[in-house]
Amino acid sequence: MIGTLILRDLGRAFRSGGAWMPLAFLLLIAALFPFAVGPNATLLSQTGGGLLWIAALLASLMPIDRLIEPDRESGVIDQLVLRAHGEGTILLAKQVAHWLSFGPPLLIAALPAGALLRLEGDVLGTVMLGLLLGTPGLAALAILVAALTAGLRGSSALTGLLVLPLAVPILIFGAGALHFGGGSALKLVAACSLLLCVIAPIAGGAALRAGRE
Amino acid sequence: MTVATLSLQGIACLRGGRLLFTGLDLDLAAGGCAQIAGPNGVGKSSLLRIVAGLLRPYAGTVRREGTVALTDELDALDRERTVRAALAFWARMDEAPPHAIDAALEDLGITHLAEIPVRMLSTGQRKRAALARTLAGGAPIWLLDEPANGLDAQAAATLGAIVERHQARGGIVLSASHTPLAWEQDVTLHLNASAYDIAEDDGAESTGGLAGTGSTSA
Repeated sequence: MIGTLILRDLGRAFRSGGAWMPLAFLLLIAALFPFAVGPNATLLSQTGGGLLWIAALLASLMPIDRLIEPDRESGVIDQLVLRAHGEGTILLAKQVAHWLSFGPPLLIAALPAGALLRLEGDVLGTVMLGLLLGTPGLAALAILVAALTAGLRGSSALTGLLVLPLAVPILIFGAGALHFGGGSALKLVAACSLLLCVIAPIAGGAALRAGRE
Repeated sequence: MTVATLSLQGIACLRGGRLLFTGLDLDLAAGGCAQIAGPNGVGKSSLLRIVAGLLRPYAGTVRREGTVALTDELDALDRERTVRAALAFWARMDEAPPHAIDAALEDLGITHLAEIPVRMLSTGQRKRAALARTLAGGAPIWLLDEPANGLDAQAAATLGAIVERHQARGGIVLSASHTPLAWEQDVTLHLNASAYDIAEDDGAESTGGLAGTGSTSA
Protein backbone atom coordinates (compact mmCIF):
# COMPACT_ATOMS: atom_id res chain seq x y z
CA MET A 1 0.00 0.00 0.00
CA ILE A 2 2.66 2.46 1.06
CA GLY A 3 4.70 1.45 -1.99
CA THR A 4 1.76 2.29 -4.26
CA LEU A 5 1.49 5.68 -2.62
CA ILE A 6 5.22 6.38 -3.01
CA LEU A 7 5.12 5.38 -6.69
CA ARG A 8 2.11 7.60 -7.32
CA ASP A 9 3.74 10.64 -5.69
CA LEU A 10 6.99 9.99 -7.50
CA GLY A 11 5.15 9.68 -10.80
CA ARG A 12 3.35 12.95 -10.14
CA ALA A 13 6.61 14.74 -9.30
CA PHE A 14 8.29 13.66 -12.53
CA ARG A 15 5.25 14.05 -14.78
CA SER A 16 4.59 17.60 -13.61
CA GLY A 17 8.21 18.42 -14.47
CA GLY A 18 8.64 19.72 -10.94
CA ALA A 19 11.28 17.12 -10.14
CA TRP A 20 13.67 18.57 -12.72
CA MET A 21 13.46 22.06 -11.23
CA PRO A 22 15.85 21.50 -8.27
CA LEU A 23 18.38 19.96 -10.65
CA ALA A 24 18.17 22.86 -13.09
CA PHE A 25 18.25 25.31 -10.19
CA LEU A 26 21.49 23.86 -8.76
CA LEU A 27 23.22 23.87 -12.14
CA LEU A 28 22.01 27.39 -12.87
CA ILE A 29 23.43 28.72 -9.59
CA ALA A 30 26.73 26.91 -10.15
CA ALA A 31 26.93 28.27 -13.69
CA LEU A 32 26.07 31.86 -12.73
CA PHE A 33 28.22 32.14 -9.61
CA PRO A 34 31.60 32.31 -11.45
CA PHE A 35 30.18 35.10 -13.62
CA ALA A 36 29.19 37.04 -10.52
CA VAL A 37 32.40 36.72 -8.46
CA GLY A 38 34.90 36.29 -11.29
CA PRO A 39 36.82 33.24 -12.49
CA ASN A 40 39.29 33.23 -9.60
CA ALA A 41 39.85 29.49 -8.99
CA THR A 42 40.96 29.90 -5.36
CA LEU A 43 37.94 32.00 -4.45
CA LEU A 44 35.57 29.64 -6.24
CA SER A 45 36.93 26.51 -4.63
CA GLN A 46 36.78 28.12 -1.18
CA THR A 47 33.17 29.31 -1.44
CA GLY A 48 31.80 26.70 -3.87
CA GLY A 49 31.04 24.02 -1.28
CA GLY A 50 28.93 26.35 0.85
CA LEU A 51 27.19 27.63 -2.27
CA LEU A 52 26.22 24.09 -3.25
CA TRP A 53 24.72 23.60 0.19
CA ILE A 54 22.63 26.78 -0.06
CA ALA A 55 21.48 25.81 -3.54
CA ALA A 56 20.56 22.31 -2.37
CA LEU A 57 18.60 23.68 0.58
CA LEU A 58 16.65 26.13 -1.55
CA ALA A 59 16.10 23.48 -4.22
CA SER A 60 14.53 21.10 -1.70
CA LEU A 61 12.04 23.78 -0.70
CA MET A 62 10.94 24.72 -4.21
CA PRO A 63 8.11 22.19 -4.59
CA ILE A 64 6.78 22.73 -1.04
CA ASP A 65 3.37 24.05 -2.13
CA ARG A 66 2.86 21.05 -4.41
CA LEU A 67 3.61 18.41 -1.77
CA ILE A 68 0.45 18.29 0.37
CA GLU A 69 -1.98 21.05 -0.54
CA PRO A 70 -3.19 19.69 -3.93
CA ASP A 71 -3.93 16.31 -2.34
CA ARG A 72 -5.74 17.92 0.58
CA GLU A 73 -7.77 20.12 -1.73
CA SER A 74 -8.78 17.33 -4.11
CA GLY A 75 -9.79 14.97 -1.29
CA VAL A 76 -6.99 12.43 -1.80
CA ILE A 77 -5.89 12.72 1.84
CA ASP A 78 -9.51 12.21 2.99
CA GLN A 79 -9.83 9.12 0.84
CA LEU A 80 -6.57 7.69 2.19
CA VAL A 81 -7.58 8.33 5.80
CA LEU A 82 -10.90 6.67 5.02
CA ARG A 83 -8.98 3.55 4.05
CA ALA A 84 -7.49 3.47 7.55
CA HIS A 85 -4.10 4.85 6.55
CA GLY A 86 -2.86 7.07 9.36
CA GLU A 87 -1.77 10.60 8.51
CA GLY A 88 1.73 9.70 9.72
CA THR A 89 1.97 6.83 7.23
CA ILE A 90 0.72 9.04 4.41
CA LEU A 91 3.30 11.69 5.23
CA LEU A 92 6.08 9.11 5.55
CA ALA A 93 5.26 7.88 2.05
CA LYS A 94 5.26 11.46 0.76
CA GLN A 95 8.56 12.10 2.52
CA VAL A 96 10.22 9.12 0.83
CA ALA A 97 8.74 10.09 -2.54
CA HIS A 98 9.87 13.71 -2.14
CA TRP A 99 13.40 12.64 -1.26
CA LEU A 100 13.54 10.23 -4.21
CA SER A 101 12.35 12.99 -6.53
CA PHE A 102 15.02 15.52 -5.58
CA GLY A 103 17.79 13.80 -3.56
CA PRO A 104 19.38 11.54 -6.19
CA PRO A 105 18.98 14.11 -9.03
CA LEU A 106 20.61 16.72 -6.79
CA LEU A 107 23.55 14.42 -6.04
CA ILE A 108 24.03 13.79 -9.75
CA ALA A 109 23.79 17.52 -10.49
CA ALA A 110 26.40 18.20 -7.79
CA LEU A 111 29.08 16.57 -9.98
CA PRO A 112 28.94 19.05 -12.90
CA ALA A 113 28.20 21.86 -10.45
CA GLY A 114 31.35 20.96 -8.53
CA ALA A 115 33.34 21.11 -11.76
CA LEU A 116 31.89 24.53 -12.61
CA LEU A 117 32.90 25.80 -9.16
CA ARG A 118 36.42 24.28 -9.42
CA LEU A 119 35.95 22.17 -6.29
CA GLU A 120 38.77 19.79 -5.28
CA GLY A 121 37.88 16.12 -5.47
CA ASP A 122 37.90 15.55 -1.70
CA VAL A 123 35.83 18.70 -1.04
CA LEU A 124 33.27 17.58 -3.61
CA GLY A 125 33.26 14.15 -1.93
CA THR A 126 32.52 15.75 1.44
CA VAL A 127 29.76 17.90 -0.08
CA MET A 128 28.14 14.88 -1.70
CA LEU A 129 28.38 12.76 1.43
CA GLY A 130 26.90 15.64 3.41
CA LEU A 131 24.09 16.06 0.89
CA LEU A 132 23.38 12.32 1.00
CA LEU A 133 23.02 12.55 4.78
CA GLY A 134 21.30 15.93 4.87
CA THR A 135 18.77 15.77 2.03
CA PRO A 136 16.48 13.22 3.78
CA GLY A 137 16.21 15.75 6.61
CA LEU A 138 15.48 18.56 4.14
CA ALA A 139 12.81 16.39 2.50
CA ALA A 140 11.25 15.73 5.91
CA LEU A 141 11.33 19.44 6.73
CA ALA A 142 9.62 20.28 3.44
CA ILE A 143 6.88 17.74 4.16
CA LEU A 144 6.46 19.00 7.73
CA VAL A 145 6.08 22.62 6.65
CA ALA A 146 3.83 21.66 3.73
CA ALA A 147 1.55 19.79 6.17
CA LEU A 148 1.55 22.67 8.66
CA THR A 149 0.61 25.25 6.03
CA ALA A 150 -1.81 23.09 3.99
CA GLY A 151 -5.12 24.88 3.62
CA LEU A 152 -3.79 28.27 4.67
CA ARG A 153 -4.24 31.23 2.37
CA GLY A 154 -1.03 32.94 1.27
CA SER A 155 1.10 30.33 2.98
CA SER A 156 4.27 30.89 0.96
CA ALA A 157 5.59 33.68 3.18
CA LEU A 158 4.88 31.58 6.25
CA THR A 159 6.63 28.63 4.62
CA GLY A 160 9.91 30.52 4.45
CA LEU A 161 9.65 31.67 8.05
CA LEU A 162 8.98 28.14 9.30
CA VAL A 163 11.61 26.41 7.20
CA LEU A 164 14.65 28.62 7.69
CA PRO A 165 15.30 28.25 11.43
CA LEU A 166 14.81 24.48 11.22
CA ALA A 167 17.03 24.12 8.15
CA VAL A 168 19.88 26.20 9.57
CA PRO A 169 21.46 23.40 11.70
CA ILE A 170 21.78 21.08 8.70
CA LEU A 171 23.30 23.93 6.68
CA ILE A 172 25.77 24.89 9.42
CA PHE A 173 27.03 21.35 10.01
CA GLY A 174 26.93 20.46 6.32
CA ALA A 175 28.97 23.48 5.26
CA GLY A 176 31.07 23.20 8.43
CA ALA A 177 32.17 19.72 7.41
CA LEU A 178 34.01 21.31 4.47
CA HIS A 179 36.32 23.29 6.75
CA PHE A 180 36.86 20.78 9.52
CA GLY A 181 37.35 17.77 7.31
CA GLY A 182 34.02 15.98 7.74
CA GLY A 183 33.88 13.49 10.60
CA SER A 184 31.99 14.89 13.54
CA ALA A 185 30.22 17.61 11.50
CA LEU A 186 28.81 15.00 9.14
CA LYS A 187 27.63 12.97 12.13
CA LEU A 188 25.77 16.05 13.35
CA VAL A 189 24.22 16.49 9.88
CA ALA A 190 23.04 12.90 10.09
CA ALA A 191 21.67 13.48 13.61
CA CYS A 192 19.70 16.59 12.56
CA SER A 193 18.46 14.75 9.51
CA LEU A 194 17.33 11.74 11.53
CA LEU A 195 15.53 13.95 14.04
CA LEU A 196 13.60 15.75 11.29
CA CYS A 197 12.78 12.45 9.55
CA VAL A 198 11.18 11.14 12.73
CA ILE A 199 9.42 14.33 13.81
CA ALA A 200 7.96 15.28 10.42
CA PRO A 201 5.40 12.46 9.97
CA ILE A 202 4.26 12.73 13.60
CA ALA A 203 3.95 16.51 13.82
CA GLY A 204 2.72 16.89 10.24
CA GLY A 205 0.15 14.14 10.80
CA ALA A 206 -1.18 15.96 13.85
CA ALA A 207 -1.41 19.16 11.78
CA LEU A 208 -3.38 17.40 9.04
CA ARG A 209 -5.75 15.88 11.61
CA ALA A 210 -6.30 19.24 13.27
CA GLY A 211 -6.86 20.87 9.88
CA ARG A 212 -9.64 18.43 9.05
CA GLU A 213 -11.72 19.22 12.13
CA MET B 1 -18.43 -9.68 1.53
CA THR B 2 -18.86 -9.77 5.31
CA VAL B 3 -22.25 -8.90 6.71
CA ALA B 4 -22.22 -5.13 6.90
CA THR B 5 -23.97 -3.12 9.59
CA LEU B 6 -23.96 0.53 10.47
CA SER B 7 -25.18 1.88 13.78
CA LEU B 8 -25.18 5.47 15.02
CA GLN B 9 -26.12 6.26 18.59
CA GLY B 10 -26.77 9.69 20.02
CA ILE B 11 -24.56 11.47 17.49
CA ALA B 12 -24.09 15.19 18.03
CA CYS B 13 -22.09 17.39 15.70
CA LEU B 14 -20.34 20.61 16.68
CA ARG B 15 -18.95 22.77 13.88
CA GLY B 16 -17.40 26.17 14.42
CA GLY B 17 -19.02 26.59 17.84
CA ARG B 18 -22.47 25.69 16.51
CA LEU B 19 -24.25 22.54 17.55
CA LEU B 20 -25.70 21.32 14.25
CA PHE B 21 -27.66 18.34 15.51
CA THR B 22 -27.86 16.15 18.60
CA GLY B 23 -29.21 12.79 19.66
CA LEU B 24 -29.17 11.31 16.19
CA ASP B 25 -29.76 7.54 16.00
CA LEU B 26 -29.69 5.32 12.96
CA ASP B 27 -29.45 1.57 12.48
CA LEU B 28 -28.88 0.02 9.09
CA ALA B 29 -28.55 -3.72 8.58
CA ALA B 30 -27.14 -5.38 5.45
CA GLY B 31 -29.13 -4.22 2.44
CA GLY B 32 -30.27 -1.10 4.27
CA CYS B 33 -30.56 2.27 2.62
CA ALA B 34 -31.08 5.70 4.17
CA GLN B 35 -31.20 9.29 3.04
CA ILE B 36 -30.22 12.27 5.14
CA ALA B 37 -32.45 15.14 4.05
CA GLY B 38 -32.58 18.78 5.03
CA PRO B 39 -31.71 22.26 3.83
CA ASN B 40 -28.17 23.47 3.07
CA GLY B 41 -25.78 23.89 5.99
CA VAL B 42 -27.74 21.68 8.34
CA GLY B 43 -24.88 19.18 8.73
CA LYS B 44 -25.63 16.48 6.16
CA SER B 45 -22.09 16.32 4.85
CA SER B 46 -20.68 16.58 8.36
CA LEU B 47 -22.77 13.57 9.37
CA LEU B 48 -21.38 11.57 6.45
CA ARG B 49 -17.85 12.58 7.42
CA ILE B 50 -18.55 11.50 11.01
CA VAL B 51 -19.77 8.11 9.77
CA ALA B 52 -16.69 7.84 7.56
CA GLY B 53 -14.46 8.55 10.55
CA LEU B 54 -13.08 11.78 9.10
CA LEU B 55 -14.69 13.93 11.78
CA ARG B 56 -15.03 13.16 15.46
CA PRO B 57 -18.61 13.35 16.71
CA TYR B 58 -19.14 15.82 19.56
CA ALA B 59 -21.08 13.08 21.35
CA GLY B 60 -22.29 9.58 20.56
CA THR B 61 -20.77 6.54 18.91
CA VAL B 62 -20.51 5.18 15.39
CA ARG B 63 -20.28 1.41 14.98
CA ARG B 64 -19.46 -0.05 11.59
CA GLU B 65 -18.99 -3.57 10.33
CA GLY B 66 -17.34 -3.47 6.94
CA THR B 67 -15.28 -0.90 5.09
CA VAL B 68 -16.71 2.39 3.86
CA ALA B 69 -16.41 4.23 0.57
CA LEU B 70 -17.19 7.94 0.39
CA THR B 71 -18.16 9.89 -2.69
CA ASP B 72 -18.37 13.59 -1.96
CA GLU B 73 -17.81 16.78 -3.92
CA LEU B 74 -14.05 16.13 -3.96
CA ASP B 75 -13.29 13.56 -6.64
CA ALA B 76 -9.74 12.77 -5.41
CA LEU B 77 -8.69 11.80 -8.93
CA ASP B 78 -5.35 12.98 -10.32
CA ARG B 79 -6.32 15.63 -12.83
CA GLU B 80 -3.43 15.11 -15.23
CA ARG B 81 -3.93 11.34 -15.52
CA THR B 82 -6.49 9.44 -17.55
CA VAL B 83 -9.67 8.28 -15.87
CA ARG B 84 -8.48 4.68 -16.03
CA ALA B 85 -5.04 5.46 -14.55
CA ALA B 86 -6.52 7.62 -11.78
CA LEU B 87 -9.00 4.89 -10.87
CA ALA B 88 -6.28 2.22 -11.11
CA PHE B 89 -4.39 3.93 -8.28
CA TRP B 90 -7.42 3.69 -6.01
CA ALA B 91 -8.14 0.11 -7.13
CA ARG B 92 -4.60 -0.81 -6.03
CA MET B 93 -5.14 0.97 -2.71
CA ASP B 94 -8.45 -0.91 -2.28
CA GLU B 95 -6.84 -4.18 -3.39
CA ALA B 96 -9.64 -4.49 -5.93
CA PRO B 97 -9.27 -6.91 -8.87
CA PRO B 98 -8.06 -5.22 -12.10
CA HIS B 99 -11.29 -5.92 -13.99
CA ALA B 100 -13.31 -4.05 -11.34
CA ILE B 101 -12.47 -0.71 -12.99
CA ASP B 102 -13.73 -1.76 -16.41
CA ALA B 103 -16.89 -3.18 -14.85
CA ALA B 104 -17.49 0.02 -12.87
CA LEU B 105 -16.87 2.24 -15.92
CA GLU B 106 -19.31 0.16 -17.94
CA ASP B 107 -21.96 0.20 -15.19
CA LEU B 108 -21.81 3.99 -15.08
CA GLY B 109 -21.72 4.29 -18.86
CA ILE B 110 -18.36 6.07 -19.06
CA THR B 111 -16.24 3.38 -20.76
CA HIS B 112 -15.65 5.85 -23.60
CA LEU B 113 -14.02 8.29 -21.14
CA ALA B 114 -11.44 5.79 -19.82
CA GLU B 115 -8.52 7.25 -21.77
CA ILE B 116 -9.49 10.92 -21.32
CA PRO B 117 -7.51 12.98 -18.76
CA VAL B 118 -9.57 13.73 -15.65
CA ARG B 119 -9.10 17.50 -16.09
CA MET B 120 -11.05 17.37 -19.39
CA LEU B 121 -14.17 15.89 -17.80
CA SER B 122 -17.39 17.84 -17.22
CA THR B 123 -18.92 18.09 -13.75
CA GLY B 124 -21.30 15.20 -14.30
CA GLN B 125 -18.64 13.02 -15.92
CA ARG B 126 -16.28 13.68 -13.03
CA LYS B 127 -19.02 12.76 -10.58
CA ARG B 128 -19.54 9.50 -12.44
CA ALA B 129 -15.80 8.81 -12.38
CA ALA B 130 -15.77 9.39 -8.61
CA LEU B 131 -18.74 7.03 -8.25
CA ALA B 132 -16.79 4.48 -10.30
CA ARG B 133 -14.10 4.52 -7.62
CA THR B 134 -16.68 3.70 -4.94
CA LEU B 135 -18.17 1.01 -7.15
CA ALA B 136 -14.82 -0.59 -8.03
CA GLY B 137 -13.47 -0.45 -4.48
CA GLY B 138 -15.80 -3.20 -3.28
CA ALA B 139 -16.57 -1.60 0.11
CA PRO B 140 -19.93 -2.76 1.53
CA ILE B 141 -20.91 0.60 3.03
CA TRP B 142 -21.37 3.47 0.59
CA LEU B 143 -21.60 7.06 1.75
CA LEU B 144 -22.84 9.29 -1.06
CA ASP B 145 -22.85 13.05 -0.58
CA GLU B 146 -25.29 14.71 -2.99
CA PRO B 147 -24.95 11.78 -5.44
CA ALA B 148 -27.38 13.28 -7.94
CA ASN B 149 -25.52 16.60 -8.23
CA GLY B 150 -24.37 17.17 -11.79
CA LEU B 151 -25.90 13.94 -13.08
CA ASP B 152 -28.42 14.03 -15.94
CA ALA B 153 -31.71 12.15 -15.62
CA GLN B 154 -30.39 9.06 -17.36
CA ALA B 155 -27.23 8.90 -15.24
CA ALA B 156 -29.31 9.39 -12.08
CA ALA B 157 -31.51 6.44 -13.09
CA THR B 158 -28.40 4.34 -13.81
CA LEU B 159 -27.06 5.21 -10.37
CA GLY B 160 -30.41 4.18 -8.87
CA ALA B 161 -30.12 0.76 -10.50
CA ILE B 162 -26.53 0.38 -9.29
CA VAL B 163 -27.51 1.30 -5.73
CA GLU B 164 -30.38 -1.22 -5.75
CA ARG B 165 -28.04 -3.92 -7.02
CA HIS B 166 -25.54 -3.05 -4.26
CA GLN B 167 -28.33 -3.35 -1.67
CA ALA B 168 -29.43 -6.69 -3.10
CA ARG B 169 -25.87 -7.93 -2.51
CA GLY B 170 -26.06 -6.92 1.13
CA GLY B 171 -24.50 -3.50 0.82
CA ILE B 172 -25.49 -0.43 2.83
CA VAL B 173 -26.06 2.96 1.21
CA LEU B 174 -26.28 6.18 3.20
CA SER B 175 -26.82 9.25 1.06
CA ALA B 176 -27.08 12.91 1.90
CA SER B 177 -29.25 14.92 -0.45
CA HIS B 178 -31.59 17.88 -0.23
CA THR B 179 -33.61 16.52 -3.16
CA PRO B 180 -35.41 13.15 -3.42
CA LEU B 181 -33.22 10.42 -4.91
CA ALA B 182 -33.93 7.96 -7.70
CA TRP B 183 -34.08 4.93 -5.42
CA GLU B 184 -36.31 3.78 -2.58
CA GLN B 185 -35.15 4.72 0.93
CA ASP B 186 -35.74 2.48 3.96
CA VAL B 187 -35.30 5.44 6.27
CA THR B 188 -35.23 9.20 5.72
CA LEU B 189 -33.53 11.28 8.39
CA HIS B 190 -34.71 14.87 8.39
CA LEU B 191 -32.22 17.29 9.84
CA ASN B 192 -33.85 20.56 10.86
CA ALA B 193 -32.24 23.95 10.59
CA SER B 194 -32.56 24.57 14.32
CA ALA B 195 -28.89 24.89 15.04
CA TYR B 196 -28.07 27.10 17.95
CA ASP B 197 -24.95 28.79 19.18
CA ILE B 198 -23.58 27.11 22.26
CA ALA B 199 -20.98 29.81 22.67
CA GLU B 200 -23.77 32.14 23.81
CA ASP B 201 -25.53 29.65 26.04
CA ASP B 202 -23.46 27.62 28.48
CA GLY B 203 -26.48 25.56 29.47
CA ALA B 204 -26.98 24.24 25.95
CA GLU B 205 -24.34 21.57 26.32
CA SER B 206 -26.21 19.83 29.12
CA THR B 207 -29.64 20.14 27.52
CA GLY B 208 -28.29 19.35 24.05
CA GLY B 209 -28.94 15.64 24.38
CA LEU B 210 -32.64 16.29 24.82
CA ALA B 211 -33.01 18.54 21.83
CA GLY B 212 -33.26 15.64 19.40
CA THR B 213 -33.34 17.60 16.18
CA GLY B 214 -32.87 14.48 14.10
CA SER B 215 -36.16 12.71 13.39
CA THR B 216 -36.78 9.59 11.40
CA SER B 217 -39.62 8.51 9.22
CA ALA B 218 -40.00 5.19 7.50
